[in-house]
Amino acid sequence: MELKTFKRGVHPHDGKELSNKAAIKALIPEVGELITIPLSQHIGAPCEPLVKPGDRVLVGEKIGESSAFVSSPVHASVSGTVKAVKPVMGAGGAMVKSIIIENDGIFEEDPSIGKGGKNLSAKEIIDRVKAAGIVGMGGAGFPTQVKLSPGPDAKITEVIVNAAECEPYLTCDHRCMVERGEKLVEGLELMLKLFPEAKGYIGIEANKPDAIENMSKLVKGKSNIEVVSLKCKYPQGSEKQLINAITGKEVPSGGLPAAVGCIVDNVATVMAIRDAIVENRPVTKRVVTVTGDAVSEPSNLEVPLGMSYARLIEASGGYKEEPAKVISGGPMMGIALFDTEVPVTKTTSGILCLTKKAAEIPPESNCIRCGKCVEHCPMGLMPLYLSSDTLAGDDDAFLAHHGLDCIECGSCSYICPAKRQLAQSIRVNKRAVMAKLRAKGGK
Amino acid sequence: MSKLVVSSTPHIRSNDSVQRIMLDVIIALAPACVAGILLHNNSINAAITVAISIIACVFFEAAFQKITKQTVTVSDLSAVVTGLLLAMNLPETSPFWMPIVGAFFAIVVAKQVFGGLGKNFINPALAGRAFLLAAYPTHMTGGSAFGPARLEAVADAATYATPLAALKEGTGAAVSTDSIINGFLGNVGGTIGETCAVLLILGGLYLIIRKVISWRIPVVYIATVFIFSLIFGRNGAGDFLGAVNELVVGGLMLGAFFMATDYASSPVTPLGQLIMGFGCGILTSIIRFWGGYPEGVSYSILLMNLCVPLIDRFTEPKIFGEVKKK
Repeated sequence: MELKTFKRGVHPHDGKELSNKAAIKALIPEVGELITIPLSQHIGAPCEPLVKPGDRVLVGEKIGESSAFVSSPVHASVSGTVKAVKPVMGAGGAMVKSIIIENDGIFEEDPSIGKGGKNLSAKEIIDRVKAAGIVGMGGAGFPTQVKLSPGPDAKITEVIVNAAECEPYLTCDHRCMVERGEKLVEGLELMLKLFPEAKGYIGIEANKPDAIENMSKLVKGKSNIEVVSLKCKYPQGSEKQLINAITGKEVPSGGLPAAVGCIVDNVATVMAIRDAIVENRPVTKRVVTVTGDAVSEPSNLEVPLGMSYARLIEASGGYKEEPAKVISGGPMMGIALFDTEVPVTKTTSGILCLTKKAAEIPPESNCIRCGKCVEHCPMGLMPLYLSSDTLAGDDDAFLAHHGLDCIECGSCSYICPAKRQLAQSIRVNKRAVMAKLRAKGGK
Repeated sequence: MSKLVVSSTPHIRSNDSVQRIMLDVIIALAPACVAGILLHNNSINAAITVAISIIACVFFEAAFQKITKQTVTVSDLSAVVTGLLLAMNLPETSPFWMPIVGAFFAIVVAKQVFGGLGKNFINPALAGRAFLLAAYPTHMTGGSAFGPARLEAVADAATYATPLAALKEGTGAAVSTDSIINGFLGNVGGTIGETCAVLLILGGLYLIIRKVISWRIPVVYIATVFIFSLIFGRNGAGDFLGAVNELVVGGLMLGAFFMATDYASSPVTPLGQLIMGFGCGILTSIIRFWGGYPEGVSYSILLMNLCVPLIDRFTEPKIFGEVKKK
């Protein structure tokens, strides 16, 4: 069978062999362990705390909320006592106001959990998704209820599960599909209830044959769901590229997937939707891949949100070699950490620990104009010119070269033989130019 | 835990490097260069010319970078490639000072003063050759014969005109299947490295397979010369043998695969690369048929080099999800 894919892109070594056979293990926090729940784990307005130090909280109890449209509530992931509400460093390096809970080891659940049901109206489904604090768990962290409400004018024809997991090393979605595939199908079916005219697709890259096999088996006989095998290529899990690979459609520049009738959510997100509806269970835990050549036992751990990264690394046998770099997420778009004492959030898909050898980035040299960045840019941009526009401070040229369409996937930097920091310079300038445009627009 | 490296994404890089690319070009050029040295009359002189050219290019690059207090980057091997290409564009009878002068012009004037690798707007080796051709025309022309014709040439101790010069003057033997095979195998007159078409083609294929270059410039370049020659041939339209002959004599293969594809002085856009190949093909043919020089490969590439910024600008690829401006 011919595998579907998008144009251009790169083929980094996927490194998934380290952890793709490791079954998901639950990591239970110890009695007295401190759990840190950041009040902002999403794109949009941060939550306000609903609890104060000294309060007892239960698993799944809402402890932070915002009235803004684009926001997502947060819940306690353990039962215990609130010790403090204070700024704590997050994976991104910024200080985020967080609620710190001392685990009492009882794991007493909020009484509302378990009172789910599948026969809900569309509005009830969306309300549940919002109340459960579901955000894009692939890393973007965009509130899911907003994505699921594309407005009355949008005609959604495809609901796509992003199961590409194109980031090298990460295997959490892969393991979930192999071990808990039925939850994914249930979640997708619930999403399709919102869009009765749409067909559901599960797009999986060909380097996960066992996941493709399991999911294909589970959707057999369901005429409105199809498993699509994708050629292994980065950045296939980028929303626009995935839509293109599966449907052939191109999301217009500056537009959202809904503009071409698509809704895309990743595996963990769709499973969270299922839990929210069927079990009335908010997002309080997730599967995290702990891997890299510096880790003793690469693993896939199911952990309560708010556990420290350091604990997950310790639970994976610790370091077998001194790591030079620890990354939150995958090696292409993940964030390099200053410190491993940061909490797991809804968007923590992996913790990648690289040795000095694996983390080495050779020094930059002159652009030789080989054109490889142009040949591989999934957005059809010319990164060499965008980068030189940035370095020359020429914003007009940057805009004319479609700098704002860059998805920051890093394919250009990856492929560059001169090892130029193309993605970095484009990303920095994108922010700067957008800020200038906003200032000019008076918004 | 305070020793962690924090940097921007992506955190991994491909194994590709400038040095590896240049090494591939050297690997691709080497067979044709060795064959050229062996097949020419004065093999020893040719070999020394190649060696001097490479050493001079590396020396000038290192010296210029040292004097201007830059990082010395000769380990990227780009100066070796320039030296090799320059020598392959020189006649086997070159006096030994000639590759040194050529190397100076190529490395210092054409490459380093504009900012070094990637900043040169014309191909350095060709710039060196063009300079030498303009400054020392008598030393730059006159190849000799080899192979079966070699004994004859040695016997009358005369220089033997290159096939293109002979075609131009109408003094050459008629084009035949044999003469084409000789041209293909490198059994003809010409500069040190341009004669062995078959090995140049194999070297070019190696670069395409290794994805160092794209097929676009060489294929379109060669096809354009062929079609142009077929239509406007020296013996009228439709002279198939004559058109094939135009491909195997002169510097077309060396130029099409190794010089028109120079990264810094060729377009980065796919459409631009097609235009580059087409433009080179047209100019080469025009110079060959109606120009003052017997061969037009060098000048056609240099002229097209100058158009590259413009070509890139007007051939920007369509972006993903492009929205037409109203």
